[in-house]
Amino acid sequence: MSQVAAKQYEMPRSERNLYLWFIGIGFAHLMVGLFLGFMQGMQHAGIDLYRVIPIVRHYYQGLTAHGVFNVLVFTTFFIAGFLLFATGTSLKKPVPLRLGWVTFWVMTIGLALTDYAIFSNTSSVLFTAYSPLQAHWTFYLGLALIVVGTWLQLLIVGRMVLDWRKENPGQRTPLLAFGALTTLLMWGLASIPLAILFVGILLPWSLNLIPGVDVLLNRTLFWMSGHPIVYFWLLPAYVSWYFMLPKQVGGKLFSEPLARLAFLLFIPLSLPVGFHHQYVDPGVSEGYKYIHAILTFAVFMPSVMTAFTVLASLETGGRARGGKGLFGWVRALPWGDQSVSAQLLAMVLFALGGVSGLMNASFNMNLVIHNTLFVPGHFHLTVGTGSALTFMGVVYWLVPHLTGRRLFSRKMAVLQTWLWFIGMAIMSRGMSWAGMLGAPRRTALGAAPYFMEEWVLPSWFTAIGGIILTVSGFMFFFNMLGSLWLAPKGQKVEVPVAEPLIDEGARMPLWLDRFTVWAGAAVLLVAIAYTPTLVRLISDASFTVPGLSPF
Amino acid sequence: MHIDKYERNWIRLAGGMLVVFLLALTVSAFFLGIQLPGIADHATPVAAAGGEFDVNRGWVRELAPGRYEVNMRARVWAFEPNEIRIPAGSTVTFYIHSDDIIHGFKIQDTTVSLMVFPDVTAMATYTFEKPGEYPFVCHEYCGAGHHFMSGRIIVEAL
Repeated sequence: MSQVAAKQYEMPRSERNLYLWFIGIGFAHLMVGLFLGFMQGMQHAGIDLYRVIPIVRHYYQGLTAHGVFNVLVFTTFFIAGFLLFATGTSLKKPVPLRLGWVTFWVMTIGLALTDYAIFSNTSSVLFTAYSPLQAHWTFYLGLALIVVGTWLQLLIVGRMVLDWRKENPGQRTPLLAFGALTTLLMWGLASIPLAILFVGILLPWSLNLIPGVDVLLNRTLFWMSGHPIVYFWLLPAYVSWYFMLPKQVGGKLFSEPLARLAFLLFIPLSLPVGFHHQYVDPGVSEGYKYIHAILTFAVFMPSVMTAFTVLASLETGGRARGGKGLFGWVRALPWGDQSVSAQLLAMVLFALGGVSGLMNASFNMNLVIHNTLFVPGHFHLTVGTGSALTFMGVVYWLVPHLTGRRLFSRKMAVLQTWLWFIGMAIMSRGMSWAGMLGAPRRTALGAAPYFMEEWVLPSWFTAIGGIILTVSGFMFFFNMLGSLWLAPKGQKVEVPVAEPLIDEGARMPLWLDRFTVWAGAAVLLVAIAYTPTLVRLISDASFTVPGLSPF
Repeated sequence: MHIDKYERNWIRLAGGMLVVFLLALTVSAFFLGIQLPGIADHATPVAAAGGEFDVNRGWVRELAPGRYEVNMRARVWAFEPNEIRIPAGSTVTFYIHSDDIIHGFKIQDTTVSLMVFPDVTAMATYTFEKPGEYPFVCHEYCGAGHHFMSGRIIVEAL
């Protein structure tokens, strides 16, 4: 049984610092990105702050930083700290610290290069880096190093799980380590096309070693990794929802086999779906777009399973706490616990984000919303709340656990989670609404000559939601700074590790604890979904289109 | 392994719902003709090399009464042509190509939405039934002046 592990393993200071630095750097970048997001929202409502606050030169430099910091830097750095911590805790084994710090420095050097590229306004290409828009070489190299850091984490976690298995023959991998390895393995496979694109094509191109690029080949390589990355952001939140949150609400994990199955399904199903980002690209066959649409619907299934298992797990907690009736257990949940309220509220908006995601994926319906504000309206609910607010909820117990200090202010923390929820609900409503009315995304709408009368009210929703989110974000940040340095020493915060409702023991099928076959299925599905298109794109590739940096 | 009865039913229900959605999309795409661009659309405007209708310039021409063809060029940060006048009820085929980087071409209140590349020609056809002004915008980020890149189609009442 996986009881609280921390009691048996006293974590050395260097290991605690490793996690704190990963998480700290991630959240520091989120705060900068969040503030730039606030400036974007105001710009849409007609208030141009770029002249007043000179941290970036223009909207699109700020937007590049907003996207890169929030979804690439914040997520990846937090996930590194969280998954390494979860693996060590779960397996009751020390994390190999030397390799851990090597990982940290590889990623941090990459981040320094990326930060330079962005703040010098030499790389305002947004996080999609669509060539022939050309960034400075530090942008491509920096982001590639951050990806290499995620591979090093896969190496660490994979080794630890294999060692654990040797030491514990016949037992199933403990849940937290299982979730961590699934996440890193899926992303390890999925990130290969991105690495080829950044290191093999874009980096030499930015150094003038190759004269030009093939636009469609590059986009296809980008989206081969660019959709699976959203599950790399999501699965760590699922690790918390499935395997930690039930314990935090006094319940149990409702169905362990289905939880494991949902995780494993993400390995093959996350990957062969990239064309749903390229529905309106000329030069990709409609038939393969249709196949990717079906596969995208298929990857909705593990999330549907998650909805049931996680809610049922929460219900066991609510009922154990005396909740009665059909919905009484919801009220009975410990809403006063900031980590719980963060994650419950994150789930509510994530569910709506799932619905709008299905709309985005809906083949020809995409013609209506492609590259409109509907799309950021969607992903601010998923990665911007489902992941980000959950990560905040995790940090609310993880940082006190690591520092031994109390949380600076619990009340401020609970209020913060509600403000994030309310602000995001309003902002996302504004964005989705404007998008339905045709407002393009990634556009300085406040300065656009074609700004339509009917976009005014939705833009104000976006701006007001953005203000509330910024307030919420800075409350979180100050609470964390206070917790790191000002709060008094407190009782040891335990690591919440959920137990299954039904202990399957050895009845748990072995195929729910083996990764190779799932990775093989991923490779097979990618081969089916991509081979003809890739063969055609590579054999037709011209590498002739020169770069341009008009920013 | 144990799977709860309600959970099994929930999974079936959700799966069934997705199948229904997919069927609806399939019907709309392949039977009602609301289609996405594909490979066959790497076309150039019909027989339009050289002379007045050089493919390297932007233009509009009438193929037959109520049938138009537009050769659209996109570059930072303008469309050529950026104003098109046609009578209501016209069916227009747009061929669009970029002179530099990736752009987008979205005509408001229609199903025309395309990515515009420098090395591929994109195509879309739409019938403008209702008179009025249809703005079109670039909906892929293309640099510091991206938000200026737009134009309009004026559909005149007969």
